[in-house]
Amino acid sequence: MKKWNLIVDVDNCTNCNGCVLACHDEHFENDFPGYAAPMPKHGHSWIDIRQKVRGTSPVVDVAYLPVMCQHCDEAPCIAAAKNGAASKRADGIVIIDPAKAKGQKELIDSCPYGAIWWNEELQVPQHWIFDAHLLDAGWTEPRAQQSCATGAIRAVKVEDAEMLRIAEEEGLKHLNPELGTKPRVWYANLDRYTSCFIAGSIETEAKGIVDCVEGARIVLKRGGEQVQETVSDNYGDFKFDGLAEDGASYKVEISHDRLGSKSLDVKLKDSVYLGAISL
Amino acid sequence: MGATKFSLILFGLAQTLKIQARRYPAFAERLKEKNFTAQMRTKDGKAGRYFTFKDGKVISRKGLHPNPEVDLIFKDAKTAVGLLMPPIDQLKQINAIKDFNLALEGPDELTNWFTQTVMKSQTAGWKYGIDMGGGVTRYTNMTNGGPVFLYVKDGKILRMTPITFTEDDPEPWTIEAHGKKFTPPRKTSLAPHGMNWKSMVYSPDRLLYPMKRVDFDPNGERNPQNRGISGYERISWDEAFDIVANEIKRAKRVHGPGSIANSHGSHHTWGNVGYYLSANFRFVNAIGMTRVHHNPDSWEGWYWGASHHWGGSLRVGQSETYGGVEDCLQNSEMVVFWSSNPEGTSGSYGSYEGAIRRKWLKELGIKVVHIDPYYNDTAQFLGGKWLAPRPTTSPALALAIAYVWIDEDLYDKDYVEKRTHGFDKWRDYVMGKEDGVPKTPEWAAEETGVPAKDIRALAREWGTKRTYLGAGGWGNGHGGACRNATGIQWARTMVCLVAMQGLGKPGVSMGNLQWGTPVDTNFYFPGYAEGGMSGDLHHTAMSVELYQRMPQLPSMNTNDQLIPRLQLPEAIMNDKAEGYVWNGVSIEAQFNKISYPKPGFSPVRMLYKYGGSIIGTMSNSNRHVKMYQSKNLEFVVNQSIWFEGEAKFADVILPACTNFERPDISEWAALGGYAHHGQTQLNHRVIVFQHEVIKPMGESKSDYEIFNGICKRLGLSAYFSEGMTELDWVKRVFEASDLPKIISWKKFLRKGYVVLPAEKEELRAPVSWRWFYEGRKKDVPEPMPLPSDYTEEYLMGLQTQSGKLEFECESLKRFDAEDPERPPIVKYTPSWEGHRSEGVADKYPLQLITPHPRFSFHTQGDAKDSFINNIEEHRILVDGYYYWVIRMNPADAAARGITNRSLVNVHNDRAGVICAARLTERIRPGTVHGYESCANYDPLGEPGNSIDRGGCLNLLTPNRSQLKKGHSMAAAAALVEIVPWNGKDTAIGGGAKAGASAKKTGKSKVAVAAE
Repeated sequence: MKKWNLIVDVDNCTNCNGCVLACHDEHFENDFPGYAAPMPKHGHSWIDIRQKVRGTSPVVDVAYLPVMCQHCDEAPCIAAAKNGAASKRADGIVIIDPAKAKGQKELIDSCPYGAIWWNEELQVPQHWIFDAHLLDAGWTEPRAQQSCATGAIRAVKVEDAEMLRIAEEEGLKHLNPELGTKPRVWYANLDRYTSCFIAGSIETEAKGIVDCVEGARIVLKRGGEQVQETVSDNYGDFKFDGLAEDGASYKVEISHDRLGSKSLDVKLKDSVYLGAISL
Repeated sequence: MGATKFSLILFGLAQTLKIQARRYPAFAERLKEKNFTAQMRTKDGKAGRYFTFKDGKVISRKGLHPNPEVDLIFKDAKTAVGLLMPPIDQLKQINAIKDFNLALEGPDELTNWFTQTVMKSQTAGWKYGIDMGGGVTRYTNMTNGGPVFLYVKDGKILRMTPITFTEDDPEPWTIEAHGKKFTPPRKTSLAPHGMNWKSMVYSPDRLLYPMKRVDFDPNGERNPQNRGISGYERISWDEAFDIVANEIKRAKRVHGPGSIANSHGSHHTWGNVGYYLSANFRFVNAIGMTRVHHNPDSWEGWYWGASHHWGGSLRVGQSETYGGVEDCLQNSEMVVFWSSNPEGTSGSYGSYEGAIRRKWLKELGIKVVHIDPYYNDTAQFLGGKWLAPRPTTSPALALAIAYVWIDEDLYDKDYVEKRTHGFDKWRDYVMGKEDGVPKTPEWAAEETGVPAKDIRALAREWGTKRTYLGAGGWGNGHGGACRNATGIQWARTMVCLVAMQGLGKPGVSMGNLQWGTPVDTNFYFPGYAEGGMSGDLHHTAMSVELYQRMPQLPSMNTNDQLIPRLQLPEAIMNDKAEGYVWNGVSIEAQFNKISYPKPGFSPVRMLYKYGGSIIGTMSNSNRHVKMYQSKNLEFVVNQSIWFEGEAKFADVILPACTNFERPDISEWAALGGYAHHGQTQLNHRVIVFQHEVIKPMGESKSDYEIFNGICKRLGLSAYFSEGMTELDWVKRVFEASDLPKIISWKKFLRKGYVVLPAEKEELRAPVSWRWFYEGRKKDVPEPMPLPSDYTEEYLMGLQTQSGKLEFECESLKRFDAEDPERPPIVKYTPSWEGHRSEGVADKYPLQLITPHPRFSFHTQGDAKDSFINNIEEHRILVDGYYYWVIRMNPADAAARGITNRSLVNVHNDRAGVICAARLTERIRPGTVHGYESCANYDPLGEPGNSIDRGGCLNLLTPNRSQLKKGHSMAAAAALVEIVPWNGKDTAIGGGAKAGASAKKTGKSKVAVAAE
């Protein structure tokens, strides 16, 4: 049985809000009985783009994470819902029926992703329905995909085994897999949002002139073990990425054939730019 | 023989009116509107027929009526047959009017109704849109942010989407680079301000009825001092039209020519008939109005500066834009984005078409560098090295790069020798021979805050890699740093840098993949700047091509008095202003001075304002608030879609409808004129019929209908409308274009859009500047410069006097070689409102930059309770109010006790604006970032003299021109201080404490500069 999955590439999301606005356009003042009640004009982000700025000026990067209903196969909302208000369709899409779910505010807290929103006026919990109403009417893609200019959002309807193969091949991950919710939303390049980096700029002074040091070798060690190695670029910049935000201690060892070596200790909880390091 | 045919045609018309009324209920309803008799006859009265309209019935008889209210008179029967026999020849009709072979007599209300009814009898049966089943019809339209499908049911818009192509639409182009093939997706993209339109159409701020300020009495007390304070009452359209028409006559009668001014925004809702350069210009010219003459607001530094180095005056100082995407992907090794954020500015009209191409840049691993005080959206998307200079100091950074290139021999000496002029002079300045100050990286580091080592590293890499310089939003100009106090210097240095590296060499040019796709550049469809139905050959680009293709009555403004826009408030309040013109015809045209008032003309006493964007988009704009309260303005009418900005300062408000509520026709990103071939921003050329998808909201009317309504009261409606409805004009645009070659009108009305086939690979436009690099004749498909502007043989060389890239500008030498603000070679002079501004920078130590907004299109899409307000990078909700966002470095915020999302007072001597602080490492310390173009002016006390919580940061920006001998806004940067806002202070200043210190220090230099 082919089922829907959504693949979100964090590397290609620019926060243009095309998907967010398309969702709003689709649901504001539009009632789709059996799928979704109208969305309020303000206060809801059924597709919610979260921003993470790493580092400090002038060495920063920024990643955006669109978070929407994850259409979990082990959905906590389905477990929490009374009288079958939340249910799983055969094509994998989770629907919170607006009529059955009326008054079930507790569904908001059941979602560990914060992807269910409470409509105060209508007294219903609401979420991004994967544009199931459109897919059922013959659309081949949800509007979030149609409105995405960079191809950061892609819906695929495949067998679960095929999806696992795609996930493996493209390095896709789930948001908070430890929750065991088995989401049908997958993320590419999730590290850009969830991991942190250590960066620095190597320089040297000669005859009163400070210049960038290109080609220095930098080794990153954790608990004495080398975890990464890199070479500084023409700005003397280096960056170790994909590190866990776990507060671990690292040693950054810099060496250069001609200019000698230096080593720094870093305790990493958040991305850190070490600034200029003089050799 | 002619008489018989004429009789037959008239008989046929009578039958048509009756038949169409039977077939189409809307047409039958129209016939019920008037009871009168119209007649069509020959001048000698020997042939004719009359048509009596009575309670929806048409009674028609051959022969003459004794007393017809409307008389349509042809010179003779032969002439009449020639004009009325299908197919109708528009040129013949226009010539007949010009030669007085055709006359229309009677009151405008009836003549216009009659001719439009005759036209409507031809169009009544047209069918629009695609039936999607379930009572839903899919229509098309065009926004500033891209084309859209609209799904409509029961007269209400259900949804709007971008257009996904079907198998009937042509395949797009493919570019091969480094062994990879790149093809854009088969769909259109849509900017946020396009995707947001449903909330704009149904905004609670829509103006639904004509309104009059309660204490404005055209025959008594006018109370101009209460503009912006007193409220409004609903009036009828008849009353509104009467007041406006009477005020037009009154101003002319009492004050004489020049006394009425027209002021419009720089943009509009999309279309070729309804655009401001179209219907509005014909109206303005028909009335005779003083023009509020625009500064080249998106081009400033390029027009006033760069054009002297490389010509391009007809691109407002920018340059050719062809083939850049292919060349950049195939041949360049690095792209430097300098004050260039195409991901944020969408090429103005290019939606997100460029995003996919910059993604290919990423896929190919071509290096990128971003130079911007803010880690902008393009940097976020592409990554790469970020250099963050202090605002307004980029020219110093550029000089230091040139220094390294000269010092380390890293530039194309052969090219400089053969293709450029005056390099030695500039080299001497750069190296310090002229002024004793070598422009070293260390020198520039002091100025810019960018470490010297980074400047050197960039210069070395740039000097050894084939590099595209993306300067400004379009890559070769537009927006960004060209709009601040050193914008002219910056744009000039950008040209000098690419000239040193051999502009036109494979992989070496200006561009950021925003322009220069290989779309078809030979298929004709007019851009909006070609003036649509304006008939204006002087102030639009109509003479380039549209005038011959779409014959129409010419229009000409007999009133050639100009007000330089940046000084509109001074012109009104003091009856005096000076400036220089924006006229792209030649490099030298900008040296023409404007003096207001013009000898023999009246100063302005009535303002016809189109829209309400000025307070959020012009500079030091409390001046405009005060202007509106001036007694010198005896009458202000504002024609606006929404109740916002300065619409709230009018005496009479005329509610205009949106482009979704009137018919029009247009091509995506087809600008024409100064932005010739703007479609090369797109991956696909898409032309749409802009359906009237819903009826105008409330009593609002299209701009065309509003102008025509006023014209009817001035006897001008036949001239303004040429007897037609705007739908007829839409068809005339269609026929004027190349569209009839590829699609029938009927099919176009139904389907609503056409995607043009991609150009064959072998026929693609050549790469810009390659001809120049190779010393050949110009071969790119742009009609500029004009033939007389070549020094040597036609098409050989540039528009400059030498025909070369000029480091030392001969045009500036001729004009004023001693001008310290704009010397013949570009030099660095620190901003008069920058970190070195003595006595000001200590009081207002933060440098505010106000780039173009990302999510709204200037004021369009902002506020008005739109969806965009929900986007936290646009506005932040605090205690039930959506505040404008000011971005601060956490260190600057901490030093001021400011926390994330808290309310702050951004202020200087000019104004105070309450914003919500967004703390981010994306902005360099010492600089703060907030978009320009807030739509909502919301003063907390007396308008003009209190702080604003709407978010109009332009209240804070300097109105001083970048140069005295120009007319050039410098509003993209200002000095400010920011303090927490206590929720109570409403006076300008930083609250009680700051207010006291402001008193003590007296007028600062910011205030002096403002004068």
